[in-house]
Amino acid sequence: MNAIYILWLRQIKRYLRSRSRIIGSLGQPLLFLVALGFGLGPTFAKAGQGSYLQFLAPGIIAMSVLFTALFSGIEIIWDRQFGFLKETLVAPVPRWQIMFGRTLGGATVATLQGLIVFLITLVIGFRPQSLAHIISAFIVTILIALLFTGLGTAIASLLDDMQGFQLIMNFLIMPIFFLSGALFPLTGLPDVLTKIISVNPLAYGVDGLRASLSNTGVFGLSLDLLVLILVTCAIVASGSYLFSKIQI
Amino acid sequence: MDYAVEVSGLVKKYGDFAAVNDISFAVNPGEIFAFLGPNGAGKSTTIKMLTTLLQPTSGRMEINGYDPVTQQDEVRKSFGIVFQDPSLDDELTAYENMEFHGVLYGVAKETREGRIKELLGIVELTDRKDNLVKSFSGGMKRRLEIARGLLHHPKVFFLDEPTQGLDPQTRNHIWDYIKNLSKKEGITIFFTTHYMEEAEKVAQRVAVIDHGKIVTTGSPAELMTQTESATLEEAFLKLTGHEIREEEAGAVDRMRAARRMWRH
Repeated sequence: MNAIYILWLRQIKRYLRSRSRIIGSLGQPLLFLVALGFGLGPTFAKAGQGSYLQFLAPGIIAMSVLFTALFSGIEIIWDRQFGFLKETLVAPVPRWQIMFGRTLGGATVATLQGLIVFLITLVIGFRPQSLAHIISAFIVTILIALLFTGLGTAIASLLDDMQGFQLIMNFLIMPIFFLSGALFPLTGLPDVLTKIISVNPLAYGVDGLRASLSNTGVFGLSLDLLVLILVTCAIVASGSYLFSKIQI
Repeated sequence: MDYAVEVSGLVKKYGDFAAVNDISFAVNPGEIFAFLGPNGAGKSTTIKMLTTLLQPTSGRMEINGYDPVTQQDEVRKSFGIVFQDPSLDDELTAYENMEFHGVLYGVAKETREGRIKELLGIVELTDRKDNLVKSFSGGMKRRLEIARGLLHHPKVFFLDEPTQGLDPQTRNHIWDYIKNLSKKEGITIFFTTHYMEEAEKVAQRVAVIDHGKIVTTGSPAELMTQTESATLEEAFLKLTGHEIREEEAGAVDRMRAARRMWRH
């Protein structure tokens, strides 16, 4: 247990010490909120869908959690050859504990990042439906964070170096984000798109956040939570397995 | 007698290529042992197998009487290591890096604090203990890694090119620490280096590996007599030839290069 705790603590300390990185990583969500939120707002309203910012904010929160979580998982590629990970791999600690501590740390950081973006959306003008629902939004955020940190770890365990990284960025991370319904409503879409979205775990995260924060979910909060929990368990388990097979 | 490190018939194959091809050697407890060879000879692969990071294709190994394949935890508790690439966390302080190691190795809090203090004193980093490691020079990082590797009282200490890229002053300093510690705590030292004069000065015994095979073992003096050389470097060149080894850049080398570009 101590090993898990100290690995978690390390991630938190690193995060809190890299202020420039925290601020830097807020640029993208802020840009999305301002450019899309205000830019597409009038069109969205004209289509009779209400406030686009109100719709978009949960999607952008999910986006920042997704990116932070995946990157902290994928960071292992670096860590594995040079950094600290090598030091932990020769320590008398079961591999799953190392993976677990890191994943918890990465997920905590991603959740914090989501929280900061949430505060930014409040400043810009987003208004959640009620305070009580913030709790379920928080749970959904934690699940998104765990799921994608685990996914990042699993991917990093399979990759040898950063060569494949661009590939993953373009063919995995971007599609996961753009095809999650973070930016557009899920109603009235072409069939193919609806099907793709329905197998994208982030779609359930975004939907869960919407159901909690602005009451605009379509799948229903319980289905969102169920899917997120199941997928998270499966991914963290397979991530642990792949991680335990790492040879240097 | 029981050896600190014992290897027999060790093989590591990648497809048809044998990186380590049936090597056998033994290191006595308390000995300072140098594992020498040109680039790509199989040094790092051997160390990785000894330290449980890589599974051998075949052969037998023992570290302090434990098998790195079947008794990973016992083996891991009984050795310390300084890797070729720095493996400190730059965003943590020197003390935090030490503490992290202590917690991972299950060193109890009471003994941990005292031991960290003692080791930081030995490598002369006491007054920098609360500084972030990213502010450290290469030599300071190496000293900290040596201190960290010894925190859990290992019996065998692996050092993979511990003085690579350091100036002669720092190199001498580092060897002084290592020699002192080995004497004081009775630790077996197993190291690799490309600086032959270091091996000649420090090592009690040497094994030369080339193309995945052990070419010879013996004390530096024996190797020099055997090859009629005046220095160990000359002996080494006679044993392994003058030809430059063209190593294909592996994944690690590419990343090492990328890291140099990004971080400096």
